[in-house]
Amino acid sequence: MPQRIYVGMAPQTRDAQGEKTRSRIVSDLGIGTINSVRVATVYTLNADLTADELAAAAQGPLSDPIVQAYTINSTFCDDFSWMVEVAFLPGVTDNVARTAREAIEILLPRDLGGRFSVHTGTQYFFQGKILRKHIERIASQILANHLINSIAIYSRDEWLAVHTQEFPAPLVTDDSEISPYREVDLHVDDSVLMRISRDGMLALSLDEMHAIQAYYDRPDVQKERSAAGLPENPTNVELEVLAQTWSEHCKHKIFNASITYHDNDRDPQTISSLFACYIRQATKTIREIKGKHDICLSVFKDNAGAIRFNDQWAVAFKVETHNSPSALDPYGGALTGIVGVNRDPFGTGLGGRLIANTDVFCFASPFYEKPVPPRILHPKRVLEGVREGVEHGGNKSGIPTVNGTIVFDDRFLGKPLVYCGTLGLIPMEINGRKGYEKKAEQGDHILMVGGRIGKDGIHGATFSSEPLHEGSPATAVQIGDPITQKRMTDFLLRARDRGLYNSITDNGAGGLSSSVGEMAQDTGGAVVHLDRAPLKYHGLEPWEIFVSEAQERMTVAVPPEKVQTFLDLAREWSVEATDLGEFNDSGSLTLTYEGATVARLSMEFLHDGLPQMHLTAKWVTPVERRQGALQSDSLKEDLLALLRRLNICSKEYVVRQYDHEVQGGSVVKPLCGARNDGPSDAAVIRPLLDSFEGLAVANGIAPRYSDIDTYAMTTSVVDEAVRNAVCAGGDPGHIAGLDNFCWCDPVPGDDNPDAERKLAQLVRANQALHDMCIHYGVPLVSGKDSMKNDYHIGDTRISIPPTVLFSVVAKVPDVRKAVTMDCKSAGNYLYLLGTTYREFGATEYAALKGIDETTVPFVHKPAIAAKTYAMIHKAILSGFARACHDVSDGGLGVALAEMCFAGELGAEVDLAGVPQEGCTTETELLFSESPCRILVEVSPEHALNVESLFAYLPCARIGQVTRGDSITFRGLEGATVLSVSRVDAKGAWKSTLNF
Amino acid sequence: MPDKLSAIVLAGNGANCERETAHGCRIGGFHQVDIVTVWELVDGEVDLGGYDLLCLAGGFLDGDDLGSAKAQANRLRYSRIRTSNEPVIDAFLRFIADGKLVLGICNGFQLMVKLGLLPGFDGEYTTQVVTLTHNDSGRFEDRWVWLRANRQTPCVFTRGMDTAYFPVRHGEGKFVAKEKDVLTRLKGNNQVVFHYMDPSSGSPTISYPDNPNGSQHAIAGICDPSGRVFGMMPHPEAYLHRTNHPRWTREELPEEGMGVRLFINAFEYLNSRT
Repeated sequence: MPQRIYVGMAPQTRDAQGEKTRSRIVSDLGIGTINSVRVATVYTLNADLTADELAAAAQGPLSDPIVQAYTINSTFCDDFSWMVEVAFLPGVTDNVARTAREAIEILLPRDLGGRFSVHTGTQYFFQGKILRKHIERIASQILANHLINSIAIYSRDEWLAVHTQEFPAPLVTDDSEISPYREVDLHVDDSVLMRISRDGMLALSLDEMHAIQAYYDRPDVQKERSAAGLPENPTNVELEVLAQTWSEHCKHKIFNASITYHDNDRDPQTISSLFACYIRQATKTIREIKGKHDICLSVFKDNAGAIRFNDQWAVAFKVETHNSPSALDPYGGALTGIVGVNRDPFGTGLGGRLIANTDVFCFASPFYEKPVPPRILHPKRVLEGVREGVEHGGNKSGIPTVNGTIVFDDRFLGKPLVYCGTLGLIPMEINGRKGYEKKAEQGDHILMVGGRIGKDGIHGATFSSEPLHEGSPATAVQIGDPITQKRMTDFLLRARDRGLYNSITDNGAGGLSSSVGEMAQDTGGAVVHLDRAPLKYHGLEPWEIFVSEAQERMTVAVPPEKVQTFLDLAREWSVEATDLGEFNDSGSLTLTYEGATVARLSMEFLHDGLPQMHLTAKWVTPVERRQGALQSDSLKEDLLALLRRLNICSKEYVVRQYDHEVQGGSVVKPLCGARNDGPSDAAVIRPLLDSFEGLAVANGIAPRYSDIDTYAMTTSVVDEAVRNAVCAGGDPGHIAGLDNFCWCDPVPGDDNPDAERKLAQLVRANQALHDMCIHYGVPLVSGKDSMKNDYHIGDTRISIPPTVLFSVVAKVPDVRKAVTMDCKSAGNYLYLLGTTYREFGATEYAALKGIDETTVPFVHKPAIAAKTYAMIHKAILSGFARACHDVSDGGLGVALAEMCFAGELGAEVDLAGVPQEGCTTETELLFSESPCRILVEVSPEHALNVESLFAYLPCARIGQVTRGDSITFRGLEGATVLSVSRVDAKGAWKSTLNF
Repeated sequence: MPDKLSAIVLAGNGANCERETAHGCRIGGFHQVDIVTVWELVDGEVDLGGYDLLCLAGGFLDGDDLGSAKAQANRLRYSRIRTSNEPVIDAFLRFIADGKLVLGICNGFQLMVKLGLLPGFDGEYTTQVVTLTHNDSGRFEDRWVWLRANRQTPCVFTRGMDTAYFPVRHGEGKFVAKEKDVLTRLKGNNQVVFHYMDPSSGSPTISYPDNPNGSQHAIAGICDPSGRVFGMMPHPEAYLHRTNHPRWTREELPEEGMGVRLFINAFEYLNSRT
């Protein structure tokens, strides 16, 4: 029978978790009548343990003898007014329970039986005068998420009446007979076809259903089916495999669609595929131009893109999003996002050691005050949950979170964007083979390694290919398990170095269906015995086993003679590995369950049978809106207000909770300057501790600019990422980029009237990406798209602004030359590189002042910018630049203020000296957001050198660093127009997100 | 004098600072440095007895799911080495009894405390008498802190050190002793090796953020009475080179990071042993 152990902080001991819970309730819900909160962990042990054994577990692994106390089968606390118990619903990943179970099995020297299970929960004891309805609000809005948790609320009397009773363990109870498959009749009319797709959560279009119908009508297919004992019609297993393989998430149908693009009144243009015409083409062109200096090793074909780092090492980089799951359960969604993207560079080539994470989030304001629509969590809760999910995912995996940013816009209320990126290092050569390549061989066994399979994440790929709606499944929510993954990756790196496998890939979206389906292309077929797969619990049907997205799993191709060695090593390292089948050259993917064939699909149809989508895009340039000269008479207040804005203010509270220096190679941290709190432009790491070669990692993102033109937006984000990397010391000649598109649905439908415009925005973004990458010489090596970032329930429709995250990795030839953004010494000169245009459309200043203009910032002269970056890199290598800082959100005023308060120095700047076109006022010069600009601090002895480097480029000495507190700007007439204390500026900048 | 000194860095199961810790050992002078997982130790593939310095690297053992390092302490205490059938902990105890050195950093320190390896009063290395628990802030934080070294300590790792500047990166670093006399003994024996320090006064502090977690008596690291077994929450292996320092681009700093000293001291101690 299940028994319970309760563990919490001992009486008279500080309960930091309880205090944190209380302060969140006060700050987020405004409920201030709670005197105290005490927290206890509930361990429900589902086994017949003796009293001695229970006590041994309680005082051994489960509690700390110094600060904690425990009780067994009776309440932990009796001085309270309310108690809320939050537990996991059956089947939800429970990491603490997994660890507790293993600990108890080690502790007790007897076999506890295969049915032994542990389940955890948390009890919150509230003391104070609180109404039941307030407790209910606290439970649902702070403590628990009904999609993954059960919630029980007890008054003191209610709880004390039952606390010694037996509580059931939340087991998945499903003793139903498993049917191997169900036949699905496709000889039906179109409306029924669409119902099959919709009701089955297949997300297949009518064209796609027709293509499937036609496949099953082929005589050769029918002949094969009858030989395999399969019915004429598809089995539900086959339909599920097709739906996963053909999902937008896996096949990028929109990026591969044929598009008719109407640009205003010009003749329409046919684009055969955005991916082929713009993205792949840009990389191809750049590689040709670079010739023998090409740095690309593996582009677009593997889980991550790989470039050369040095002669011994390749670096793999991938950025992914996990938006839909993070909307439903921010903590679990984001945690799964980070550990999920970790598996991409890990599963690239023969496998990479993970060296850095970079994360970018987009949220609505955490101070959002209007009522939130149904099924949406408050943005503060989303922010906190995502922050914590990535904290646990990154920190527990031992991968430094080297940088990132947060963008705020209230249109991210419907779907937050959670971008997680990871870099890995792959040896150029492993056992005589190229480390960044892989190939499954015929006869190799298919081994699944890591976690077990449950119903979690079923239909994740098809779910993320749809807008968030009433029926969005909770099974799409999962909780990552960084430790199971860490054990798995530690083990697999050892197996890699021993040459125990030929190929590896991750089980992400689509699960085994995706990993085995992809790897089987190497040999031309595979057979998988689904009944061999290890399950978390009974009750999974064969199709569920194959498409489940349960986390922490890799699939590897192991030569038959090495299977036993592989399995033995796995056992030694406490990692589960299972032989599921083999790769062959049969031309088809065959799935069996308990001896019966349940699916057989031709590899050719599976991978190439998807009909191309045809879409129309229409772009109408917005009517120009432009005010006269912008002249504010409150420049100081404007600057302080900008510094307080969510998109500019300090994110230190988030940054500090991420380990940004584990692995020992941290060179430029996310926070820098005299007080370790200035905002760095890019991260620099030294991944090999015996070398001074390094990597710079940076991001660019500017969704607001999409309100005017996504072409301009994309030029800005590419520029921002490259410029940031270069500012810190990255080599603009050894740099690679990743594009990551998050869009609102550009496929027409009854409830999507402006799809053609959204698609035109996508086309323009791709055009800009292509053009900018070629100008800057940045090959794209990998990317991702998430095309359904809409929320649609009832009459509420919220679409995100079209967003491109551009991420770069650049080589830093010698990390000892890296540069940070903080001002270093009084007397040094300040140079401004790049031209300031009068650009205010969709800028932070425009948002602050309510300015409605179409003068959106964009890269006017990319070739000049590229030359500027090459020169500043030279200056950095020569040691001429003491500080470099990109000028972006909030313009020159904000950038200079940040340099000054980070360096605890003042500055005097002459706005009349700023290289500019079209600006007529100080306000315009201070706050325009034109890209391509860098503020550089140079000591007077190097001034001539710097001036000669930039002789033919936009560059001017605009002032100098001063001792003291003032940041002073002289105006066009020479008089001081703005003087602000750096202490006040920093105070404003740090005040907003001071959680 | 031994011919060759070797260090073992324990990894696996959520440890994650093993590479930089091993690098510290190498810079410190150790001729052979092996990163070994707990699985290889339990399997009997690697014998602890062949080494001179044992480093318990930082990380998140078992995800710290049952409290920091709790599950690993349980594993080491109750798992038996497959080849010899002796509990893993016995190999640790023999290692200490043989006069060798043990260094635990962050999660490694938490593990030592929960195994009872520290503070090791009266040669008793298996009973837990102090703990490291949740920071008062309730948060994990990555933050560089100043440390004041105790000049009277027997700790061999910190010889010649006065102050140090290292990052803390933990959520459970608050040092707590249950009994008052434990703290008195720790102080009396000079087993408190590092205190969190207010850099403006140079004195130990209990104020956040200079004391990042609310540790009693500002304790950041302790050793056993012999000074050979030592654990600390801040990460010396995170500051092995000038470029690790958060302000290296604006301050004049020696090429060698402050963390190297601990490894050199360990090497020199072992090297001078007769």
